[in-house]
This record gives sequence, structure tokens and C-alpha cells, in this order.
Amino acid sequence: MTPSIAPEGTLNPAHSLRLACICVALIAASRTQAQDQPIAFVGATIIPIDGQPIENGRLIIENGKITAVGDDRLFIAPNTQRVDVAGKTIMPGLVDTHSHLGSGWGGDASGPIQPDCRIYDSINVLDAGLQKAQAGGLTTLNVMPGSGHLLSGQTIYIKLNDGRTIDELAIHNDDGGIMGGMKMANGTNSQREAPFPGTRAKSAALVRQRFIDALAYREKLKKAEADDEKDPPDRDLALEGICEVLDGKRVVHFHTHRADDILTAIRLSQEFGFKVVLHHVSEAWKIPDEIKKAGVACSVIVIDSPGGKLEAKDLLMTTGAVLEKAGVPVAFHTDDPITDSRLFFRSAALAVRAGMSREKALAALTIEGAKMMELDNRIGTLTAGKDADFIILDGDPLSVYTHVQQTYVEGKLVFDRANPKDYLYATGGYGAGENHIPYGCCLDEGEHSR
Amino acid sequence: MTKQGKMKAHIHLLMLLAIALFSVDSLRADAPIAIRGETIYTMAGEPITDGIIIIRDGKIDRIGKAADIRIADDVRMFRAKVVTPGLIDAHATIGLTGYLNQRQDQDIIEHSEAIQPELRAFDAYNPRERLVEWARSFGVTTIHTGHAPGEVISGQTMIVKLAGDTVDDAVVRPEAMIACTLGDWATHGDKKAPGTRSKAVAILRSELIKAQAYVRKIKEADEAEAKAASEKAAGAGEPESGDNGEKSDGDAEGKKEKSGPKKPDRNLRLEALGRVINREIPLLVTAHRANDISVALRLAKEFDIDIVLDGAAEAHLLIDEIKAAGVPVIIHPSMIRSHRGTTENASFETAAKLVHAGIPVAMQSGYEDYVPKTRVVLFETAIAAANGLSFEEALATCTINAAKILKIDDRVGSLEVGKDADIAMYDGDPFEYMSHCTGVVINGAVVSEEVR
Repeated sequence: MTPSIAPEGTLNPAHSLRLACICVALIAASRTQAQDQPIAFVGATIIPIDGQPIENGRLIIENGKITAVGDDRLFIAPNTQRVDVAGKTIMPGLVDTHSHLGSGWGGDASGPIQPDCRIYDSINVLDAGLQKAQAGGLTTLNVMPGSGHLLSGQTIYIKLNDGRTIDELAIHNDDGGIMGGMKMANGTNSQREAPFPGTRAKSAALVRQRFIDALAYREKLKKAEADDEKDPPDRDLALEGICEVLDGKRVVHFHTHRADDILTAIRLSQEFGFKVVLHHVSEAWKIPDEIKKAGVACSVIVIDSPGGKLEAKDLLMTTGAVLEKAGVPVAFHTDDPITDSRLFFRSAALAVRAGMSREKALAALTIEGAKMMELDNRIGTLTAGKDADFIILDGDPLSVYTHVQQTYVEGKLVFDRANPKDYLYATGGYGAGENHIPYGCCLDEGEHSR
Repeated sequence: MTKQGKMKAHIHLLMLLAIALFSVDSLRADAPIAIRGETIYTMAGEPITDGIIIIRDGKIDRIGKAADIRIADDVRMFRAKVVTPGLIDAHATIGLTGYLNQRQDQDIIEHSEAIQPELRAFDAYNPRERLVEWARSFGVTTIHTGHAPGEVISGQTMIVKLAGDTVDDAVVRPEAMIACTLGDWATHGDKKAPGTRSKAVAILRSELIKAQAYVRKIKEADEAEAKAASEKAAGAGEPESGDNGEKSDGDAEGKKEKSGPKKPDRNLRLEALGRVINREIPLLVTAHRANDISVALRLAKEFDIDIVLDGAAEAHLLIDEIKAAGVPVIIHPSMIRSHRGTTENASFETAAKLVHAGIPVAMQSGYEDYVPKTRVVLFETAIAAANGLSFEEALATCTINAAKILKIDDRVGSLEVGKDADIAMYDGDPFEYMSHCTGVVINGAVVSEEVR
């Protein structure tokens, strides 16, 4: 949330700016301006994820991108601002493959399959949860509709960049389209009264029929495209949504817990040839080889105790370790509010406690999630050319005692623990649940920061 | 080696291992246990470096520096990097909240009436619940458990050890407190009362007033009985017609007993609340909003009862008032969901703020209705330790200070000679995410050796 360019030798530039009583107009201006002078963060332990940690490292960013990462021999151009971060740790901003932040809802109670519903149309970007997520070091989210449907709608990939509209937060593809996946689920959550399914077999049958409908729809579209004589079918938003899945434009993010449900999700993806990431996977530890064989990635949830519902009764903290050993790509997710985004590191640390390697656990918070969202060319590692999404920590990322000090999205400081308002979001307290008030909206910004 | 051959070799190895384990166990089942810790946090003085604890007959027999204690040859020795008292979860629903979360294993809340202090956790506790074993494997040995928040008065809580096959084996205190909820967690959207905070407090006050009257009548009847008995014992003389004794207002018929006021019929509800009125047990008041906490403090004063604040998400706004009232706080789990609703102003730092103000504080796992079905008090305390509490201050909230608030510190909460041998072992800082609990002892018996 705190915009500005860091003066040399300080970690927390926001403070001096605030004390200098910079007027709102200037803050608003610097907020929207692209960061055009290179900045070098000097002296930290850098965990780039795509390589070994670098002691006394240097990270150089410019115009929202990473331009160089290296050790203390890395050349720093004369016009570069230096920020001393000795004793700190820098790593990529965290990628959450499964979040429900922003108070959005996808499909409603009218039916079990609603591919026409876009979470894009219902997110409140000022929700305090997004600010708290920045405090947890998160920079990119896959915001999903819920799991009470077989298919609950289109997800959206966003950056936590303090934008004031969903379009500012949304990640766009090269064609300018808004990126996201499709949320599906099986198991118990979607079993309800008709028209929802009552059994697992019915669940799969309903999904298969709808996908077959979409295949026919797509066929008609193709025929109409190839033949001027033929009219295309009437537009059908639901079938269009499934067609985007069939065309590989959307990855299916599939809520699935029990071992047999996991295999059903894999079977559906194979029948219709869609890209799938398995989410939660409580019982993946029972069938790691089958998952490996299917070549499917898993986004794992880590929970403090087993159960809470039947399909999670055999959930274990060892799932990440077992999948790692089997060679299955693993990411973690918060499922916020199930896990508070401010404690996302904890999921990885508990997985390490249960046997996962540190390297894979940290990758599971960053690059592996990025791959599952097909964003690994832009985010997930500290690599020259990628977005300058990174966090500064005061210790080992996997220690309970470590706190995120600053979070940067595309070179912009969006969270600073030294800023009282940001600190409130980081720890909680009176007002921490209130919607975020964006910069530039109020003259008494200073008041709101307390 | 063929696949089959390998399998056979494995089976042989397993059998040998099983035999070996079995024989060690059978040899040493009754052997005294010793635990040697690189650091032992006794919570009764400074930590002991390279210390040893000798356990005998379920109690701590000796504790001190390893160099000062001779170990008998037949002891069963455990070693750990860090040794602490068995952890105490000052407010849980474990044993009533089944991990499957299905109708048949959910006994945490009865919604038929707003006030039901007659419901005993003792009658619902399942010592074989999976979550009992789960919490224990992280070092939790004692829990204060019972009905969840959700009605104005939801039942009687109890204290159990996380060991034993029956509730009778497990119990420490069959009736510890009466669980009360204030605020919107205890109000209902439908037509059922209470629908508002004011109504909830009115209902609660009315019930406490009834309990006061009930207690008074019993007392008067007992006194009259005692007086009559002593007069009778004093010898002859007609009993004076005791007509101007205090009127028993439940006796509208005017049928006056010569011997004095009549004892009221037994009433489980009023008996239970009567124990609160008599200050035999405290009212455990779950209140999160500052205004609800104020109500709790006001009730304590009005009825001259002991209360323990529970949850208290906004306690950080009323530190002076809580301190002045001398009320202990069983603070909400650090990771309580705060994304919206009544706990939206919860803070990771509240435990530290209260402790540093000198208020007695204990940590809890609380109640969860979904996933996770229970929290683990070790994990909740860890977050408090990372947000303002020192290591030992944090550890005290789930050991000795929890024991004091629950009034069981004569038995548990610290490692001292004569106390129950409830001990947790860790391979590092217990609060660190990546440390493991490596062993748990309850009443001198090793109940978990799993590395978790």
C-alpha cells in the first residue's frame, strides 16, 4: 500500500515520506507512476528459487521488472538507488493457487454446473483480506468461486497491486484477455438436494453430459466457421465457458479429497483432454504413483487436524512429502479463509516438519503455483526479465518467528510492516476487518493509517 | 533379489522388530521412567540445562541436573532436546466435537433452549475420539473441554487428561465451569429468543436471579432444619410456632411448615447455576466484542460471581477494565478466523498485551465447526510467541498459568516433585513450525512416541 522510491540506506521509505507530510496528490501521483529509476536491494540473503540461495546478494529492479540477481560482485549502474537490506532475506512474492479472498461468489444454488459465472464479476478489491494477504507476502492469487458445485465458475488470476478495480488487479494474457481457470469439485461438498447430485456416480455423469454438450456446441461453431452457409449456434455462455476448458484456454482447478475422487477427476480430464490441477488432495498420499503416472500437478492444503468433513478425514501433513518423493509437482494454497493468508508460510513449514524438503516447500509457495496458473514465464522466481514481485523477510522464511517486512508487486511497495496501517493488517486489531481505503480517496490518509 | 524375496525379507525384519519391541516393552512395562532433557522448562523456576526427571507411580519423583541424580539400572530412559510440562488446552471442544463432523459425532451444542446449564460435558465426552489422540501427539495432556459457544448457556465444562479409555479414567474435574456466550454467537436470526444482545442478557439475568432465589431457599431451609434439630436436641419444650419466619415465596398456598421454610424441589438447572452463585465454580463467558466483554464484567459485579473471560477478541480495547476486575482471560486461538463478523478485530498480539498488563492468560484451541475440526493449542501458542510473548511467557499460557486459571495447578502445569508426571518432549523449540513432538507422558505412562 505504501508507494515511493526507497532512499539509500533505509528499509522503510514510507516513514520519512509520511513524516514529511507529503500531500495526497503527490502520493497518488507516485502510486500510479511506473518506477523508472533502477533500484538495487543490497546485502540480503536472496532465495531466487530457480537456484541456490545467494548470501550477501543483490537484486536490481527497474520499471517493475527484475533486471539482475547476483552476489556482491553484481555490477550496479551509477544511476541506481541502493537499498541496504543486510541481514534480511529476499524471495519471490508468494503465489496462492486457491483463495477465496474478495468476498466473491461464483455460481448460486440454482444448479450444480455454472461455467457462465465469473468470479471476476463479484470480487470486492477493497476487501481487507487482500491487504492482509500482502502482509503474508502473497503477490499473486487464483481467486476461486466455492466448491459447493460440480463446476462453480470461472476463476481469476490477480496481482495484489492495490488497484482500485478488478481490472487493475487482473492479470491479462497477450491478447488482452483476463486470465483465470475453471473451478470444479467432486466428493461431498457438491452433493446436495436436486438439481444437485446425490451420489458420486451422478456427479460424474452430470459433468460428462455437460462436457459432451459442449463438444457438440464446439463442433457446430467449427462447422459454421468453415462453412458460410451454416449459422453458428446461439451463444451459450455456459457452453462457451466449457469450450474454453476444452480448448486449453482455462486450466481446471479441481477440488478433490478422497483417493477415488482424485482418480475420478483424473479420469474426467483424460476423457475430455482438459488441463487439470488437483486441489486439496487430502488422500493423495494413498495414490502418489497413480497421480505421478497421470502427469498431474497437485495443489495441497495443510490443515491443523484431520476431518471436519468426511472427505478430509484421512488428511495428513505428510501429503507434500509423499508427493515430492513420487515426483509429483506440488504447490500449496491457503483456501483463505481456511488458512489465513498471513500465515501461508506456515503451510510449507508444516509440510517440511512432515518430511518435505525445504527447497521443494519454498518452490511450492512460488514457482510451482505459478506453473499451475501458467504464469511461470512472468512470476515465481527471482529471475531477470520476470515481474519484480518479491518480499523482504527478517529471517528464515519457514520460521514461526519470521515476519514479512515488505511486499513488492511489479516494483511497487504494497506492504510495509513499518507503516502503522499495514502493521494493523499484519497483526490484526481494531479496524483490521474494515475495507481498505485506497490512496487518493481521502484527505486524511494519515488518520486512516491508525 | 526378486520382488517376492524382498517382501519376505521385509516381513522377517518386521517380525524381528516386533519381537524385539515386544520383549523390551514386556520387560520394562513397570520399570521406572527417566527423561533426560538438554533443556527442561519446569515452569517452576529457571530452566534446567541437561536435566533429568525420574517418574515413579505416575508422579514426578525427582527432578534436577543430570549430574546430581543417580539413575537406577532398570529405568526406561527417554532423551529429548526440550522437555516441558504436558500442555494444557484451557478451552477445547475435543471429545465432544467429532472429527468426522457428522450428526452422530457432534455433541458440542444443543440448540433446543437458550439456557441449559444442566448439560454435562461429562455425559458426552468420547475418550476414543480421533482428535484426542491427535492433540496428544503434539504434547497436549490436559484439556478443559465441553459445550461450544452458541447458546447463552450451553452446559457444564469438564477437565480431562488425554488418556484413559473411559471418561472416568480421564476425568480431572467433572464440572469445571458453566459455559456462557454473549454477543451475536448466542443470538438467533429466527423467532427463537434471544434475537438481540439485550434479550440475551435479560434472559441470563433472569435465570441468575432464579438461581439466587433457589440458593437462598435452600440455605434458609437448611438453616431452619439445623435450628430445629438443635432445638430438638436441646430437649423438651414445644416448638415455637415459627410463623414469622421469612416467607418462602414459592409457597403461595400458605401451607406453612411449623419447622420453617420448605426446601425447594431439586432442579438440575438451578443447582448448576447455584454453584456459580455460590462461587463454587466460575461462569466461563465467551465474549468477543468489547461491549459484550463489558456485559460480562457487569454481570460478575451484579451477581457477585466469579467469571473467566473466554475468546475476548477485543480484550485489547479493555485492558484496564479487565485488569481492574481481576478476571482471567482464556484468549481466543491466535489463528481464529477474523475475516469478518464478531472476531474481525482479533489480533495476534492480544495475548501479549494482556500478559504484559499483568492479566492471567491461558491459550486455547477453541471451537471449529468445519475444517480444521480442532485447532492444536501448541500451534496457537506458537503464533502468540511470535507476536509479542517471550518463549517462557508463551509456554506459561499453555502450562502453569492455564493450570492456575483452571485451578488444577496442584496437580499439573509445572514439573515439580509430587505433581502428576505429564510431560512433553520435543526435538527443538516446541513453537517452531519444523520442530517435532517426540514423546508424551501422562500420569507416568508413555502415551505417544510418535515423531509428529
